[in-house]
Amino acid sequence: MKQEILTVISNIQLNSSTFEMKLSGVTEDMRPGQFVEVALKEKYLRRPISVADYENGVLTLLYKVVGSGTEIMSNIAPGEKLDVLTGLGNLFSIEKTEKPVLVGGGIGVAPLIGLSRAFYKKGIKPTVILGFRNKDEIFYLDEFEKVANVIVATDDGSFGIKGNAITALSSIEKPEFYYACGPMVMLKALSNYSLDGELSLEARMGCGFGACMGCSIKTTDGYKRVCKEGPVFMAKEIIYEN
Amino acid sequence: MKTEVSFLGHVLKNPIIPASGCYGFGYEFSEIYDINCLGSISLKGTTLLPRYGNPLPRIAECPAGLINAIGLQNPGVEKVISEEIPKLSKVYSDKVIANVGGHSTEEYVKTCSAFNDVDKVFAIELNISCPNVKGGGMAFGTDEKVAHDLVKEVKKVCTKPIIVKLSPNVTDIVKMAKAVESAGADAISLVNTFVGMRLDLRTGKPIISVKTGGYSGEGIYPIALRMVYQVSQAVSIPVIGMGGVTCAEDVLEMMQAGATCVMVGAKNLVEPFVCKQIIDDLPKVMKKYNIENLTDIIGRAHKF
Repeated sequence: MKQEILTVISNIQLNSSTFEMKLSGVTEDMRPGQFVEVALKEKYLRRPISVADYENGVLTLLYKVVGSGTEIMSNIAPGEKLDVLTGLGNLFSIEKTEKPVLVGGGIGVAPLIGLSRAFYKKGIKPTVILGFRNKDEIFYLDEFEKVANVIVATDDGSFGIKGNAITALSSIEKPEFYYACGPMVMLKALSNYSLDGELSLEARMGCGFGACMGCSIKTTDGYKRVCKEGPVFMAKEIIYEN
Repeated sequence: MKTEVSFLGHVLKNPIIPASGCYGFGYEFSEIYDINCLGSISLKGTTLLPRYGNPLPRIAECPAGLINAIGLQNPGVEKVISEEIPKLSKVYSDKVIANVGGHSTEEYVKTCSAFNDVDKVFAIELNISCPNVKGGGMAFGTDEKVAHDLVKEVKKVCTKPIIVKLSPNVTDIVKMAKAVESAGADAISLVNTFVGMRLDLRTGKPIISVKTGGYSGEGIYPIALRMVYQVSQAVSIPVIGMGGVTCAEDVLEMMQAGATCVMVGAKNLVEPFVCKQIIDDLPKVMKKYNIENLTDIIGRAHKF
C-alpha cells in the first residue's frame, strides 16, 4: 500500500451511470484483483474502487454512480489531483487454468478487463461472460472483444442472451476454473454452479487496509477481511450468510 | 523541546497512542511507516474467546466521521498473546496497552489476568463502553455500581495497571469516572464512541446491520474535549483523552483540557499516516505556542 497523489487524465461517461477515470502518477505496482481507496474532499471515508487496469503508471478505474460519493467522483475534471491509497488487497491467480472463464455482473465487470488483458498477454484468450440488466447498461464491450471471446447476457434480453450471467455460463462447456466479480446474489449462484473459481467480493469498508475489521466475512478458514485477505477469495472458502 | 510524558510509571517518548479498534494489532501499519515513532499502541479489543462480531454492514459514513459496529471481532486472548503480540513485537519495540472487552465479570477477569505475564503489555485498557456488543460492553459502562464492582474484581487478580475506558453515552460521565477511581482504577481513558444511526434513504432501513453503532471522528471532538476537561478535574488519576483528534493542535488542546496522553482513532482509517504526521508536527506546533515541555500544559485549562 502507498498513499499517492495522482492526476486525473480523463473522466469519461460511458453510459447513463458508468464512468471511466484514468489517473497518472502511480508508482505502486498493481495487478488485476486489487483495488484503490480514493479520498474525496467532501466525504469522510475513502471510496474503494477496483483496479480495472494498470499499465505504465496509468490507472484505469471503472465506476458506477450509485450514491453521493461516486456522484462527486463523476464531476472531477481532468487535471485535478486525487489522494489515493494504491495497491490494496490481493490478486486473481492467473496460473490456475489455461482455459479461463471470466464472469462479471454489472459494474463487477470492471476488474475483469485487466484480468482479460493479463491472460491475453500470456497468449491465452479467455472466455468472458458479461451480465447486465439491459442493453443501455453495457460498457467496455469493444475493449473486451479485443482480448477475449465475449458472451453478453441481459436480464431483459435487449442484447445477447436473455437471462443472467449464470444462464450464459450454462450455454458453454462447464469451465474448469472461473474468475468472477459482481453482485453477491450472482456470486452465490455461481458458487452453487461450481466451486472451482475465484470470486472478487465487494463490501462497505472503513479503512481498506485491514485496520478496522469493518468488512470481515466468514470463511472455511476463519474470519477474513475483504480488504486485506481479499477481495479475491476461493469460491470454496466462502461461507454465505442468510 | 520535550515531548516525553510519564504515564503509569512508564515514560512514553510522546503522548500519541493509536486508539483501540482503529489500528488492528499495529503491524498492519508497519507496512507503510516505522511505527516505532508512536508513544504506545492500544491493541484491538480482546475477549476471552474468538469473536466474529456483527454481520455486515458494520460501517456507515457520516459527516466528519463514521459509525462502526464491528462487535469486537478478535481472535481471542490466547491467540492475541501467542500470535498477534509476537508479530507486533517484531516491528514495535516499546510496550503496549492491551484492550479488554467482555460480557460478564468472569470473562473480564479471566481475559485481564491472561495478560499478567505478558511483558510487552504495560497496562490494560478495560473497555466498559463498547456500544456494539449486546448485553455486555457498554452495559458495564453506564451504571456506576456495575462499573465500580467490575473494576474492583479485575483489580483483585490483574497485576497490570488498569485504564478504564469510559462511555460518553451517560448522563454524567464525572460520576462514572469517580466510581471507577474509587474501585481502584489506575487511569481513565475517554471517550469511546457515541451511539448513532444512519438510514438508507430509499428504504428507511438502518445501514448498520445491528441498526445502531458508535459514531466517532472529528464531529465528536468538542464533546470529547469537554468531557476530558470535566473528568480530569474530578479525579486524581491520569486521563487519556480521545475523540476526533486529527492533528498536533488537537493533541495540545486535549492535553490542556487535562489529558496526559492522547489517543487517535477514526482518522487512522482514512489517513493511515495521521499518527506519524501528528508526531512529526508536534515540535513545530509546540514551538509556535512556546511550549518547551509537553507535560507543563497538562490540565492548563483547569484554572479558567
